[in-house]
Amino acid sequence: MTGVQYIWLIPVLPGLGAAVNGLVGIRAFSRRTAGALACATMIAALALSLVAFWQMLGLPADARAYDVTVAQWFTAIPLQMSDGTIGTFQVPWGFRLDPLSGMMLLIITGIGTLIHVYSTAYMADEPRAGVARFFCYLNLFCFFMLMLVLGNNFLVMFVGWEGVGLCSYLLIGYWYEKKSAADAGKKAFITNRIGDWGFILGVFLVFMTFGTFDFRAIQDAAAAMPIESAGFGVLSTICLLLFVGATGKSAQIPLYVWLPDAMEGPTPVSALIHAATMVTAGVYMIGRNAVLFSHAPQVMAIVAIVGVLTAFMAASIGLVQYDIKKVLAYSTVSQLGYMFTAMGIGAFSAGAFHLMTHAFFKALLFLGSGSVIHAMAGEQDMRRMGGLRKYLPVTFATMMIGTLAIAGIFPFAGFFSKDEILFRAFTANKAVWVIGLAAALMTAFYMGRLMFMTFYSAYRGPAWETAGHAAIALSAAHGVAHPADAHGHAATHDRGMAHGSSAHAGVPGDDGGGHGHGPWHGPHESPTPMTFPLMALAVGAIVAGFVGIPAALGGGNAIEQFLEPSFTASAAHGAAAPAAPAEGAAAHAAEEGAAGGAHDVSRGVELGLMGLSVLIAAFGIGLAYRFYVTRPEIAEGLAVRWAGPHRLLSNKYYVDELYGATIVSGTFGSADGLWTVDRRVVDGAVNGAGRLTIVGSWASGLTDKRVVDGAVNLVGWFVQESSLVFRRLQTGLVQNYALLMLVGIFAFVSVYLFLR
Amino acid sequence: MTHYLSLILFTPLVGACLLLVTPREKEDAIRWIANIFAGAGFAISIPLWYWFNPQNADFQLVERAPWIPSIGAEYFLGVDGLSTLLILLTTLIGFIAVLSSWTAITERVKEYYTFLLVLQTGMLGAFMSLDFLLFFLFWEVMLVPMYFLIGIWGSANRLYSAIKFFLYTLVGSVIMLLGILALYFYAHSVTGVYSFDVTAFQQLNLPVNLQWWIFLAFFLGFAVKVPMFPFHTWLPDAHTDAPTAGSVILAAVMLKMGTYGFLRFSLPILPDGTRAFVPLMAVLSIVGIVYGALVALAQKDWKRLVAYSSVSHMAMIMLGMFALNPVGITGSIVQQLNHGISTGALFLLVGVVYERRHTREIAEYGGLSKIMPVYAAIFLIMTMSSIGLPALNGFIGELLILQGVFVASRMWALFAGSGVVLGAAYMLYLYQRTMFGKVENPKNLHLLDISHREFATFAPLLVLAVWIGLYPAPFLRRLDGSVQRIVARVSPQYSPTYAALGCGGAPTPQMIAANGAARFLQSVPCGPDGRPLVAAESAAR
Repeated sequence: MTGVQYIWLIPVLPGLGAAVNGLVGIRAFSRRTAGALACATMIAALALSLVAFWQMLGLPADARAYDVTVAQWFTAIPLQMSDGTIGTFQVPWGFRLDPLSGMMLLIITGIGTLIHVYSTAYMADEPRAGVARFFCYLNLFCFFMLMLVLGNNFLVMFVGWEGVGLCSYLLIGYWYEKKSAADAGKKAFITNRIGDWGFILGVFLVFMTFGTFDFRAIQDAAAAMPIESAGFGVLSTICLLLFVGATGKSAQIPLYVWLPDAMEGPTPVSALIHAATMVTAGVYMIGRNAVLFSHAPQVMAIVAIVGVLTAFMAASIGLVQYDIKKVLAYSTVSQLGYMFTAMGIGAFSAGAFHLMTHAFFKALLFLGSGSVIHAMAGEQDMRRMGGLRKYLPVTFATMMIGTLAIAGIFPFAGFFSKDEILFRAFTANKAVWVIGLAAALMTAFYMGRLMFMTFYSAYRGPAWETAGHAAIALSAAHGVAHPADAHGHAATHDRGMAHGSSAHAGVPGDDGGGHGHGPWHGPHESPTPMTFPLMALAVGAIVAGFVGIPAALGGGNAIEQFLEPSFTASAAHGAAAPAAPAEGAAAHAAEEGAAGGAHDVSRGVELGLMGLSVLIAAFGIGLAYRFYVTRPEIAEGLAVRWAGPHRLLSNKYYVDELYGATIVSGTFGSADGLWTVDRRVVDGAVNGAGRLTIVGSWASGLTDKRVVDGAVNLVGWFVQESSLVFRRLQTGLVQNYALLMLVGIFAFVSVYLFLR
Repeated sequence: MTHYLSLILFTPLVGACLLLVTPREKEDAIRWIANIFAGAGFAISIPLWYWFNPQNADFQLVERAPWIPSIGAEYFLGVDGLSTLLILLTTLIGFIAVLSSWTAITERVKEYYTFLLVLQTGMLGAFMSLDFLLFFLFWEVMLVPMYFLIGIWGSANRLYSAIKFFLYTLVGSVIMLLGILALYFYAHSVTGVYSFDVTAFQQLNLPVNLQWWIFLAFFLGFAVKVPMFPFHTWLPDAHTDAPTAGSVILAAVMLKMGTYGFLRFSLPILPDGTRAFVPLMAVLSIVGIVYGALVALAQKDWKRLVAYSSVSHMAMIMLGMFALNPVGITGSIVQQLNHGISTGALFLLVGVVYERRHTREIAEYGGLSKIMPVYAAIFLIMTMSSIGLPALNGFIGELLILQGVFVASRMWALFAGSGVVLGAAYMLYLYQRTMFGKVENPKNLHLLDISHREFATFAPLLVLAVWIGLYPAPFLRRLDGSVQRIVARVSPQYSPTYAALGCGGAPTPQMIAANGAARFLQSVPCGPDGRPLVAAESAAR
């Protein structure tokens, strides 16, 4: 594979786009130039990815791995490893193209390109500099995401891993003047950092155990180690720590809380980052280290349990949300839970397969919701929508395809991938399967609910302004006339989530009646740059599943065979190591062991399970139709009768409140407490010492003045005072002196005589 | 170039002398002279980057002359990788500090710049001296100008802060002097020669109990300077009240005196003492990391927040150092540079808005992204650098430190890792409060974005942040020799590895010249005689 030397260019291209837009674009580029530049870099990256992927497909399956080292990053430094030998700490800027990263490349550049195109229209009402800034961030995101999947070692992956977190922070907080947006961005970053704390510790332990950060070398070395089914050994510790990172990035229990808030960002961001790509990084990471994780069955069990519980919990919250994007956000959390379930039961290919199909239909659903929000001038509450089918035919049709795909209706993409997971869960653990099936029912229900509340029944939204000259004709054409309060309403959903006029900008003959925050002309279909990606993704949501048609339906499950080499230790690369054949065999045995049960189940059971899940999906959608179209009073009645559980779900199980009351206020409380301690105690001691010195010096000054100096003065005073006495003796008369002398002699002689 | 180091050392002092004879009314002339000399000081030091040979583990560019012959004190200068990088940081930051003061200082301009330039010489001297008495001289010389910089040009509480800074450091250094004298007399009793030669001290094997006491004495001197918890409280006051340039120099360079002291003196001269004190140092460092970060989270004063973040970061540097393994120590040195770059820039950033608004209250700001977009972008990059985002400089240091610490003790790494999370918390909280939201204070509505001169002060720091983040190899390679020398003393178990690595180090420039692909080699192949192939070839040539 000498032909793919250039794979490092794939991330660099959008990186360059970000740099140009950031350095020059924000000052100088028009909206159109900024968008075109960003799209062009993504198209180029997509083209390169396709070429690289095509070249890879031309190779035999076991040779599909290619490494490129661009430069040395960390130079060699000796460091002791856990076995006492001295290893070498060094990290290259290394990239690897193999089936797994190849699949991710296509997802990121493909869906990324569509979302870039979509954004050119969606963001058209933003101020000029804002558009350039948006595309700078979006391109930068693609740069980091591509680094994440292409990196051939943990640290290059970590660059992408944290980098996408930064872009997520910036894009969630894109409308930074809005406090909730800025808060949500910060929450996402810090929550991810908590996960990364675990992740990086896991990476350190990887080095101490294997003496390298290279994925392939680690896989090969781990394959030679015993499976830790009995005790919780070093591999299990590594995997658990890495999984902590995955719960942060991929929004699993307990760190999922940031993702629903992340919906504060513009909708294309939600589609690209918070549905199709970034949030799947944790799943990708586990797939990347499949051999490592297969050697830690206890952690695998934890992964599966966390995954399936997340799938269930998030789906249940999704049942009662009214914000269209929040429903999709919880749906994403739930679907990610499915992927982790797959990873946890050892069905790595199934998880990766679901990752891919989910990228299509969830990006589609988010972009569709963006189209709806756009049409409703920033309205996100489904209670104020309804009946939009006739205004947004393309959006409706494509979103319906997405809904059928996510619900798992045959033959849409989600059916194949989700069914593969559920089938593997059935063979692995019945409890996991049951919970997964329940989550599937809820998925179908909340997606049906979303569609019916938005597109069916009567229009419940605000009326639109008829003052605009073009709007009169438009609203007349729609045959609806409502009192005009749309303007005021749109203003509350501030930051111009693309007001009506922008959508008309692409329509010939409509002069739009003023851009930006002009009057809203009622719901309307979005312009071509927005509907084209919807249609393209809808095609994907239909056909993406066909690469993984299971054997039971007469397919070859091509994707599983394609991805398989990425999930096993490679014999080719391990050839240099002494125990290569044994390693490969062990890894394969591990894989097979996990998948082993699958082959015991008859084809009839498999087909039955498929039928069951399609029935459940259809039942869920049908139930939603009954609740929200034919008999809407049922839903209201249920909400009243089950007020307690309803409140619990509406408030997302109060997890945010719990974290707020414990971790957040605990941190701020201790911060304030320590700040007081710092001033009063630590600095108090310093100031106290200073004050003590001052007091001491004052005291010694006083002593000096009163005692020491006093003594000196006392002597002087005494001399002075006594001189008064003695002065009188100095009379100057000779007779007095003679007399005194006589007295003296007399005294002296008498003392002498007396003492003798 | 036998006097190259002296040239670097005295260029700022010459500038200071020239300022003294310039009439005080000619303020612009004074500014120009100061900027030219500071700029020249940096320009002159740039060849050091190239002339320093990373393959040579000895002190280089050595200058040696008698100073006070009666007591054996010498004028003894020399550099290794550690001091090379710190000298370059000092000349760069010194220039930036001078340049950033152009409009900020309008009173007693002549004295201000004189003090700045004298300070520059003091700091450079401390990093170059290989004579302990000479080091001590420069160490004390630094205090005086900084005292006046804080005391005269500082803000509200400046006298208190200046005196606190001066006395605190002085107390530490007096005790350090006792340690130096003990070392001096012990060395005399062994060798019979009176000398302050540090390279000779590094060969000594002192009795363990003496090492213990001397370590404690040095510890007090250096720990105050770092500053380590609980000796840190002078720092927030000094930073908060110092003028911008003073804060920048204090954070970026002067704090490194403490860590440099540990690396240059404590570790190699007192290896047994060092090992004995590892638990204490680790505990103080970990407390410092978490404590500094939490207290930073509680701050309402922008500058004080950055000051407490310094406490946390410097504690991280100390922890990496006392992991006593090559990766931790390398990380600790790299992080010293990174802290200089990012915290220096953060203080400059505060200075920019302080000059416009004359307040440091975080609550006075908000929504500045809208008004000062370039400023906000630079602040964002430096925030990310400070919290260790990969692909920027802070990550390189933090990763090496934490990996080194992890090898020393997993528990320490676990606790120290929390500093990374809290670091993100307090910096992003600061960023949100100042940059995001709507502009609610009308006084902020018409703030000017940064000028070209201000941008010039940030540009080199931005370049360095990205350079070190993406391609730290040139920096790491320059540190190999220094780290090796320290590790050979404190962790002898690595010595055989280093001996074996004789040909296993990074590829030499000659190799790269001969074969461009050598740049990507991870190590140099050994020849049959155990010597590097390339070295043999080039010798043959």
